[in-house]
Amino acid sequence: MKMKLATLALGAVMAAGPAMAELVFPSLSYRTGPYAAGGIPFADGYADYFTLLNERDGGIGGEMIEVPECETAYNTEKGVECYEATKDLGSLVYQPLSTGITYQLIPKITADGIPMLTSGLGRTSAKNGAVFPWVFNFPANYWDGASVAIKHIIEEEGGDISGKKIALVYHNSAYGKEPIRTLEKLSEKHGYELTLQAVDHPGQEQKSQWLQIRRERPDYVIMYGWGVMNQVAIQEAVNIRFPMENFIGIWWSGSENDVKPAGDGAHGYKALTFHNLGDDYPLYDDLKKHVFDKDLAAGSGDQHGTAIYNRGLYAAMLVAEAAKTAQEIHDTSKITPAMMRDGMEALEMTEEKMESLGLPRFGPEFKVSCENHGGNGYAAIGQWDAKAGEWKLVTDYMQSDQEIVQPLIEADSMAYAEENGITPGCN
Amino acid sequence: MPEQLLWGMEIVMNGLMTGVLYALVALGFVLIFKASGIFNFSQGVMALFAALTLVGIMEGRVPFSHLIKAVSGVSVHHFGWNVPAFAAILLTMAVMVLLAWLVNRFIFRHLVGQEPIILFMATIGLAYFLEGFGDIMWGSDIKKLDVGLPEGINDTIDEVTFNLLGYGFFIDNLDLWATFVAVLLVIALVMFAQYSKHGRAMRAVADDHQAALSVGINLNFIWVMVWSLAGFVALVAGIMWGSKSGVQFSLSLIALKALPVLMLGGFTSIPGAIVGGLIIGVGEKLFEFIIGPMVGGATENWFAYVLALIFLVFRPQGLFGEKIIERV
Repeated sequence: MKMKLATLALGAVMAAGPAMAELVFPSLSYRTGPYAAGGIPFADGYADYFTLLNERDGGIGGEMIEVPECETAYNTEKGVECYEATKDLGSLVYQPLSTGITYQLIPKITADGIPMLTSGLGRTSAKNGAVFPWVFNFPANYWDGASVAIKHIIEEEGGDISGKKIALVYHNSAYGKEPIRTLEKLSEKHGYELTLQAVDHPGQEQKSQWLQIRRERPDYVIMYGWGVMNQVAIQEAVNIRFPMENFIGIWWSGSENDVKPAGDGAHGYKALTFHNLGDDYPLYDDLKKHVFDKDLAAGSGDQHGTAIYNRGLYAAMLVAEAAKTAQEIHDTSKITPAMMRDGMEALEMTEEKMESLGLPRFGPEFKVSCENHGGNGYAAIGQWDAKAGEWKLVTDYMQSDQEIVQPLIEADSMAYAEENGITPGCN
Repeated sequence: MPEQLLWGMEIVMNGLMTGVLYALVALGFVLIFKASGIFNFSQGVMALFAALTLVGIMEGRVPFSHLIKAVSGVSVHHFGWNVPAFAAILLTMAVMVLLAWLVNRFIFRHLVGQEPIILFMATIGLAYFLEGFGDIMWGSDIKKLDVGLPEGINDTIDEVTFNLLGYGFFIDNLDLWATFVAVLLVIALVMFAQYSKHGRAMRAVADDHQAALSVGINLNFIWVMVWSLAGFVALVAGIMWGSKSGVQFSLSLIALKALPVLMLGGFTSIPGAIVGGLIIGVGEKLFEFIIGPMVGGATENWFAYVLALIFLVFRPQGLFGEKIIERV
């Protein structure tokens, strides 16, 4: 009898808790709060990709995938609570879509030995894996974004931008200030004049900034915004008749949500991206067959093909490939977070691999190593076509100016190492 | 004329317009506080809820469509029709009146005689409820709001000022309309309060609940009316702000801009809300223009609250507020 009870109890625990053999990819999502419009498509894309792998392939390497979702409302404290609540589920990797949460989690995940991927956000100098062994930020970071924007402007201007005026309109936060040093260094190199326009959170009122832009008439405006700041800035740019093709946002200022409220006026607005846009990929056929048509899509299923939904798919695809790499390296399908870290550090994304995944030319090619957790700094420019109601990629992937970006990363990461008593090194 | 002076004039004009938009939000707070002594924390969320409902009705969206899909699996997002802006505004107003009735019936009727802090806490709860309810009802996506108001630079002002002064001033057409609507709204509210039977009853309730009750004024009706008026003001503010940025969650945060306006103008004065809004609007823009470049910019929120703090120290009742005298 005792034996029967013990068996029943064990069975109940196993049924209630997560099966440890599963691969757990927690999703710290925000479907509520001021940034829900950005959080929802990302969370949907992230979940749908893993659902596809479960439905079509039976998971990764024969192991089914679980995606426990925890609502952060883009609130840093809630983000940390979500991490604490999910880390013991066997979580393999975290991808918080928030720079604030990322900064809080860096010491925690380092202590707990769980890797974190912060594509296009978070602490830029985490690219230096010798200092940040558990943090990855491939394929591109904020400083790469600033540099690629300048590179695009140089191309538009026929190779010379000396004497040109470039304004940075930025969210007055740690995130918004990220590109300033890079842009200052690049202005010394290329001879353009940089002016800075800080916008107070949340950015609902930007009249002062855009009146100044109207007075100073910069040749180009670069924007590092998020949430309502993006929509208001684009509307104000339309109002002062700033040429939209000379207005370039970072990838967090480049979703359908940002341009649609301004209507036709937003036509021609540009934004950086580190992945491709639209839904014309074989992967979408598989998603339709195995996920959408079976009513297994996350959320309300109305975000497919949007810029940030694609970012969620891409984020899931990167860690899924890293998990496969980890399984190959360690010759086991049941990987641990430490094995996952090894897989991420050995990840190589090639065009051949992306094509086999049904996502040809979807992202830049890169190879991760201990010294380089951030990829090769490639990003492309997308442009909004208001008439068609879609983003279109208008350039190839361009590499950031490594001569400028790399020394900045080295200096910042070494300063972090010194402050925190870390001895940098790659084994 | 020196260039700096011309720019300063342009900034003052834009500051006045922005101030009117702040005042629109502050007015809703004043109406409820004046009549019931409740500081309605949910006023910003009411503006968001009103704007969400307006867009939903205009675009023929099915309310609670996400919930319907989650529960029954049926995916219905649109009724397949569009409602003209004017009719949609009337229907939205009906929803706001219903909301006012529900708020009084289920919250404040049970809190009669409670301390102001309890009533304030109840409005915080209401704000969180409405935030979530609005999301569930209409979704979290950013919605374009177009009720036909013109947007963008006013070419006439641009041309006239350019011909007269050699520099064309930027004034947003939407801001001009907001100013026009706000002026009409304030006139209507003042006329209503001064000359209508219900307006006078509202003022009587504001002065003394017990005395108003003793002469036969229906307190519940007056409170529903006041919350409906605040709902109407929230709808107007939601239309103006929502036309600028799209209708989205952040619309609820405009309440943060109304707080310094109220501290300046006083919590009980309709003209105070307007004057306070104008002072904050012009002050923050000029401060950003003159001092902002020296300190890295983004001074507007800081300036508004510091100015309000100074007023709190020297004139706690605000410019037009009633001086509180407590005799021992």
